[in-house]
Amino acid sequence: MIVIDQKKVQSKMKSRIYRNQFFKYLFFSGTLICLLVLVILFTRILIQGFPYLDWQFLNSLPSRKPEEAGIYTALNGTIWMMAVVAPVTLILGVGTAIYLEEYARKNKFTSFIQVNISNLAGVPSVVYGLLGLTIFVRALHLGTSVLAAGLTMSLLILPVVIVSAQEAIRAVPNALREASYAMGATKWQTILRVVLPAALPGILTGSILALSRAIGETAPLVVLGVPLFLAFLPTSIFDEFTALPMQIYNWTSRPQHEFQSLAAAGIIVLLGILILMNSVAILIRNKFQKRY
Amino acid sequence: MAMTAKKERERATDIQEKKTKNIVYKTKELNLWYGEKHALKNINLDIAENEITAIIGPSGCGKSTYIKTLNRMVDLVPGVKTSGEILYRGRNIFDKDYEVEELRTRVGMVFQNPNPFPKSIYDNVAYGPRIHGIRDKKILDQIVEKSLRGAAIWDEVKDRLHDNAYGLSGGQQQRLCIARCLAIEPDVILMDEPTSALDPISTLKIEELVQELKNEFSIIIVTHNMQQAARISDKTAFFLNGEVIEFDDTDKIFSTPSDQRTEDYITGRFG
Repeated sequence: MIVIDQKKVQSKMKSRIYRNQFFKYLFFSGTLICLLVLVILFTRILIQGFPYLDWQFLNSLPSRKPEEAGIYTALNGTIWMMAVVAPVTLILGVGTAIYLEEYARKNKFTSFIQVNISNLAGVPSVVYGLLGLTIFVRALHLGTSVLAAGLTMSLLILPVVIVSAQEAIRAVPNALREASYAMGATKWQTILRVVLPAALPGILTGSILALSRAIGETAPLVVLGVPLFLAFLPTSIFDEFTALPMQIYNWTSRPQHEFQSLAAAGIIVLLGILILMNSVAILIRNKFQKRY
Repeated sequence: MAMTAKKERERATDIQEKKTKNIVYKTKELNLWYGEKHALKNINLDIAENEITAIIGPSGCGKSTYIKTLNRMVDLVPGVKTSGEILYRGRNIFDKDYEVEELRTRVGMVFQNPNPFPKSIYDNVAYGPRIHGIRDKKILDQIVEKSLRGAAIWDEVKDRLHDNAYGLSGGQQQRLCIARCLAIEPDVILMDEPTSALDPISTLKIEELVQELKNEFSIIIVTHNMQQAARISDKTAFFLNGEVIEFDDTDKIFSTPSDQRTEDYITGRFG
């Protein structure tokens, strides 16, 4: 007995294929719009900022005269801040991820912590700025120092680092842990010699992406009260500093046309750093892919 | 008359031999629960030195659980409870002061799926000795060669010891895992369906290897494959629904089993 009416199937065929095409082009145009916006943004910034981008720009202190102004203090401040952020987030973040994945029992308390870490990743950066202001700047009397800002930024990106490190650790097949335990290895030996080496590419990729976010964040620094204009370099982590996004923010808020162009040049430098860091992350990921 | 006397003597020495065979593992009234599920029920088994003991039974009968209890790998499963005793060389492995690391240093394990580390062949084999604190390069070299020879894979890998183990075939990986296990110079080797993921030729190689290893080690092998148990083992235990139905010489189990359920299983009526 034949139930399916072939004529009806044939009559629907065309519209099915049309709909298929329609959605393909719909999604393609979505991608195109995003790309277009990005390209416009890039070209505008490049056209405006590129003429100002030279050795002198990288090597000069900020100034009221646009032709003398540079990002020397801001670039240095950013590097100083990252020197605090990178070790703090890596140690705290990877340590937390190892504890949660390898040691902690799976119970209501740990799943509560887990949910909270994921939620913290979505908290606006201004809120972290307020937290940093209350704890580091005021309560601990660190002022608007490199240390205070670095710790605030660390808090901001810690959730992302923890979650990505956890995912990398979870992706290590259990069979490898079993093989290690079955030979009498302790938990620590197994983590150090089997789990971490296998999870390292994933951990590094996630961490580098998180660090690049810390470089670009402005809002927490504004809330902390990091100066917009500073004519000297920090000599220790307890000194005041300014950072690249602050300098760019400062220049864009000025009316003179030259400062707008300087801001564009600063953005190029910032974007350059971010692209560099993301490429390193991609390189690491590709190099160690498909290891198990 | 003279003939019978000789036979009598032979039987006497046979019995003598059987009596002097040391017991490695003595399991007494072992029960195990996964949460609410009673997975092992009143297991009593004695496992002798330098023999191959096969554990057979249908899926979910508890054979893998039992072998994983012998080196307490089952501890890694959350919600496991046990009662009873397993004496390894006279010491109860569930004793509070018996560290699992100590037990597992003497009892090696080979898993169902080959699970080499994403390291070089050399580092895979040297892993066990290294974690036990052996650092001397000369001794490590010696252990690596001896273990790879012992696992009958030396000739295939001797020229690429520092290549990644993932470049080996499945059968080679499993023999590498056996070598890695031999490298800790264990007393007992537990094998959990070591050939179920391998092709027939690799399976044959591993079976031959297991036969040779029995001279030096006591081997307990879980297998889904009854022919394999019949081919290689000295003793066979038949598990069903978490119980030991029958435990005897392999020849006896496969020729004249005393329990109807054993006979049904080995003749393929279920399982």
